[in-house]
Amino acid sequence: MTALAALIRRDIRIALRVGGGALIGVLFFLTVVVLMPFAIGPDLALLTRLGPAILWLGALLASLLTLDRMFAADHEDGSLDLIVMSRTPLEFTCAAKALAHWLAAGVPLIIATPVLGLLLNLDVAATLTVALTLLVGTPALTFTGMIGAALAVTLHRGGLLLAVLVLPLSIPILIFGVAASEAAISGPLAFGTPFSILCALTLVSFVIGPFAAAASLRQGLD
Amino acid sequence: MRLLGRAVRCVRGGREVFSGLDFEVFSGGTLAVTGPNGSGKTTLLRIIAGLLAPAAGSIGLEGGGDELTLPDQAHYLGHRDAMKPALTVLENLSFWRDFLGGGAYDARECLAAVELDHAIHLPAAYLSAGQRRRLSIARLLVTRRPIWLLDEPTSALDTAGQALSMRLMSEHLARGGLIIAATHAPLGVPAQELRIGGAS
Amino acid sequence: MMLIDLANPTRFLSLTARILPWLAAATAIMLLIGLYQSAAAPDDYQQGATVKIMFIHVPNAWLSMFVWGVMSVAALGTLVWRHPLADVAAKTAAPIGAAFTFLALVTGSLWGRPMWGTYWEWDARLTSMLILFLMYLGLIALWRAVEDPSRAARAAAVLTLVGAINLPIIKFSVDWWNTLHQPASVFRMGGPTLDRAFLIPLLVMALAFSLLFVTLHLAAMRNEILRRRVRALQMMQATRQQAA
Repeated sequence: MTALAALIRRDIRIALRVGGGALIGVLFFLTVVVLMPFAIGPDLALLTRLGPAILWLGALLASLLTLDRMFAADHEDGSLDLIVMSRTPLEFTCAAKALAHWLAAGVPLIIATPVLGLLLNLDVAATLTVALTLLVGTPALTFTGMIGAALAVTLHRGGLLLAVLVLPLSIPILIFGVAASEAAISGPLAFGTPFSILCALTLVSFVIGPFAAAASLRQGLD
Repeated sequence: MRLLGRAVRCVRGGREVFSGLDFEVFSGGTLAVTGPNGSGKTTLLRIIAGLLAPAAGSIGLEGGGDELTLPDQAHYLGHRDAMKPALTVLENLSFWRDFLGGGAYDARECLAAVELDHAIHLPAAYLSAGQRRRLSIARLLVTRRPIWLLDEPTSALDTAGQALSMRLMSEHLARGGLIIAATHAPLGVPAQELRIGGAS
Repeated sequence: MMLIDLANPTRFLSLTARILPWLAAATAIMLLIGLYQSAAAPDDYQQGATVKIMFIHVPNAWLSMFVWGVMSVAALGTLVWRHPLADVAAKTAAPIGAAFTFLALVTGSLWGRPMWGTYWEWDARLTSMLILFLMYLGLIALWRAVEDPSRAARAAAVLTLVGAINLPIIKFSVDWWNTLHQPASVFRMGGPTLDRAFLIPLLVMALAFSLLFVTLHLAAMRNEILRRRVRALQMMQATRQQAA
């Protein structure tokens, strides 16, 4: 446990220091949401209707943007070799890295949501609902995207290829995240149904993500 | 403790790098892996470290005890220093002490042993190549592992640094550790040589 | 310097050289029978002659999913059993699977045109098919991104297995999403209600397309093995010139 706690502390520290990616993610999220009204017009009623979808898309893209470096940075400076060799099972290490990434890059997105909800003319209840679905859904985005981040190590490249590989896998999370938000805001569906499925998806990703990422890292070193 | 390699063969990208390598190192002994560039010295170290799978042959450890695997008992010092430029020297070393676990020593003392105690609160980004190498060597001291796998341990080190690494290696051997090092230059400790590649 | 894993692929090459002509002939015969039966099948009382697109569309849709299954088995072969032919099988299946998926999409869209009045409707089945197509393309991009085939194979194997677990989840999600936004589905094809007059040609066509897949796959595997040998020979030449 000390090993994992040390890893989480280190990753969060790096993300928050100069050159870390945590704040760039939030900035990107903000920029994407601010861009939307320029594309669809400053019609407040329309923005309200599209609000949850815009926030979810922004969060999805922002978390994808910062995932790229999750394992690649450790690979480039040789840390990954020592992490793979260590006595801690690699699956746990991967889960810890994903948790650290979510704490440093995912939580700021959720904190930023109320401000952005204001820009999209969402009322307090609607904003809180979107923030709640993001709180439950963004870990799933991180844990699914982690598989792509681990593959990026094998491929020696991330960026666009990572996005192409990971985005189709995150479609279910997007569907149920947006559906739960909209169900709470405008109905007619009960909030509980899509929200429970979203929770289930997150739990499934907690299992699949670390195992697939660890398998990929073990096979992919050179 | 005895580390044993039998008929180790390595294939990279469809090309055979080496084959039929046999070697044997006992506690207190050193194996110096030599050979021209591209002969697979680093690859052999990575195979022993469990980071790559050999195409054939086996590598085993006898008398290690504790049901620990070979990689569990080994320190690997590669070309890359595994240190984060954004963190301070002390933070970097403390992280590896906590993460690697198992009989950890005080990070400040180990930094003093590699003569980096004046820089412990500086970001690792400010260190020179030689100082970064010393920091990586401090990682070998901060948790004790009986097997040291060293890839060009003296590269980037000045004369004083080489003398330092020589002293630390002798101390490690005297404690009953064993060393496998890929090297061009003489290690400065008595070693048996394993020459790979390049019949010329 | 030796060629890697020569023994097993060599046996594979000689075996397939004997089988392939027979397979190709069987495929051609089955396709002819299937096409004749499809042409002879009666028109649907609602959809008219357009129903015959089904005989192409449905086998392609089945195979597009079946090929991912084949790749998943091959991925296990790469990761678990380390069989030398597994990554050859996985690599060569991907473009064929993508082609089947693409054909299923095109025929589905052509079939939908008279029904919906547009070429594309965000229908649940077609949307799932589209995502499957994207995943095939991503997998092919991954194969092409790495020079060393054995490294690419292991990365692709992990992605294939993750895809195999996720595809049912995606299918379920898209179905759910679709019923949320558009209660009535236009496609009411397939299932046990299908008349015998349609069912038999459909099964014959499905068999013909499966044979087509096996034929194409074996031929593509042969090509890939030969391509790897050429690569190994070229690398051998490079080493020799360096030595000289």
